[in-house]
Amino acid sequence: MNEQIMEMLNELRPEFDFEDSDDFVMDGLLDSFDIISLVSMLEEKYECKVDGLDIVPENFSSVDVIVELVKKSGGKS
Amino acid sequence: MITSFKGKRVSSMLGILPETIGNFDDEVDNYSFPAKQTMRLKKIMGYNQHRLAKETSTVSDFAVYGLNYMLDNEWIKKEEIGAVVTVTLCPDYFVPHISNIVQAECDLDTDVICFDIAQGCSGFLVGLMQSFMLLEHMEDKKIVLINGDVLSHKVSKQDRNDFPLIGDGCSITILENGGEDEIYYEMHTDGKRGDALIIPAGAFRKPSTPETGAMQDQGDGNFRSLDNLHMDGSGVFNFVQTEVPPMFKDVFEREGKNIDDFDWFLLHQPNRFMLQKLAEKSGLPTEKLPMNLVENYGNLSGASIPFTAIYNCKEELLSKKNMCCLSAFGSGLTWGVMFMNIGELDYCEIIESKF
Repeated sequence: MNEQIMEMLNELRPEFDFEDSDDFVMDGLLDSFDIISLVSMLEEKYECKVDGLDIVPENFSSVDVIVELVKKSGGKS
Repeated sequence: MITSFKGKRVSSMLGILPETIGNFDDEVDNYSFPAKQTMRLKKIMGYNQHRLAKETSTVSDFAVYGLNYMLDNEWIKKEEIGAVVTVTLCPDYFVPHISNIVQAECDLDTDVICFDIAQGCSGFLVGLMQSFMLLEHMEDKKIVLINGDVLSHKVSKQDRNDFPLIGDGCSITILENGGEDEIYYEMHTDGKRGDALIIPAGAFRKPSTPETGAMQDQGDGNFRSLDNLHMDGSGVFNFVQTEVPPMFKDVFEREGKNIDDFDWFLLHQPNRFMLQKLAEKSGLPTEKLPMNLVENYGNLSGASIPFTAIYNCKEELLSKKNMCCLSAFGSGLTWGVMFMNIGELDYCEIIESKF
C-alpha cells in the first residue's frame, strides 16, 4: 500500500519530491484541494469511506500516516 | 436558539438567474495550477457551470425583475404584500437598502414594511424565521422574502479556492398565514470563527483603497486582494463536519424523527464533496438529498436552498405536501435546521433574466 500511495502522490503533484519531505502539508507539497483529490483517489482505490472529521492536515503528513488513515477507514489493501 | 412556529406556509417560490454562464473548463487557464490538477476537482467538487451576474447588475435588479414577473403573472397582488424582507451580503448601496429599492421600483404601498438582513449561506433559514415572526402581526398580508447575492463581483477570477464554486442569483419566496402545520427551527452562531469566510476590506473597518484592491500572491497558487471574498476551505469544511452531524443526531432524537419521516433533505449547497461527506457522516439518504446545484448554477449563497428545491422538486412541490428537512451552514459562522411541510404551492419556477 505504501508504494501505491506514493504513486498517487506523484501523480497528484509530479513537480514535488515526496521522498524528501518530513511533512507533506507543512512543506507545502499538498494543499487542501490536493487532500480532497487524494481522499477521492484513496476511497476509489481501497473501496473505503474516509470520515469527514479525519480529513485534516495531520492525517496527510506522510505515507505511513495516510496508510493508517486508509486502514482506519476500512480500506482493502 | 430552538423554537417552533405554527400555521405558516410557503405559497410560491421563484428563482431568478443571470443569463451569463461561466464554464469551468474555460476558466482552468485563469488559475496558476497545472490544468490536470485543477480538472481533477471537476468531478469531486461538482464544478461545471456557474451563473455570473453582469458587472453592472445588482441584487435589486434581479429582485425587481422577479417581483414584477410575479405581479404581472398574478402570483401575488400588490395589495396583498405586507412586507419585503431581503437577505443578502451584497447591498446595492450602504444606504438605501434593497428592500426599499424594491418597494420603490415595484411601486408598492408605503405601508409595506421593508428591511434587509445581512446573512449569507444561512440566509434562507434566517429569512424564514424573521418572516414567520412578522406574519404573527400580518393577518392576511403576505411576506415577500428575497434571498440574493452577486458574490462573483467580490471573488478573484484567479482564486481557484473560491471562484469555481461561486454563483449569482436571487430567489423570491412568498409566505403567508395558513394551515395547522408545526415548523421546527434551530439556529446556532459562532462569531469567534467568523474569519473563516470574510471580505477583509470595503466596508467601514477597512475602506477600499488602491492598496486593498491590489492583487496579492497568496503563496498557495491563488491570487486575490483584500477587497475579495476569501474562504478558509479547510476551516469551513472542518466546521461543517464537526457541527452539523451532531445537530442532526440531536434534533432527530429530541423530536423523535428519523430519515423516513422526510421526503427531502434540502441543504445549503457549498460543493458536492462537502455534501457527500456530510451525508455519510449524518446517515442522510443521498436519493433524498440533492447535491447538484454547484454543477448547474454554482453556490448561490442564501438562495441555494430555494433553488435546490425548485430545480429538483418542482413537480412534487406543486402537487403535494413534502416534509422537508432544511439545513444551512456557513458565513458567520452559522448552522441551523428547520423541519417544515412545503407543498401544494401555487407557483414554482426558475426564470432567466438579462442581468
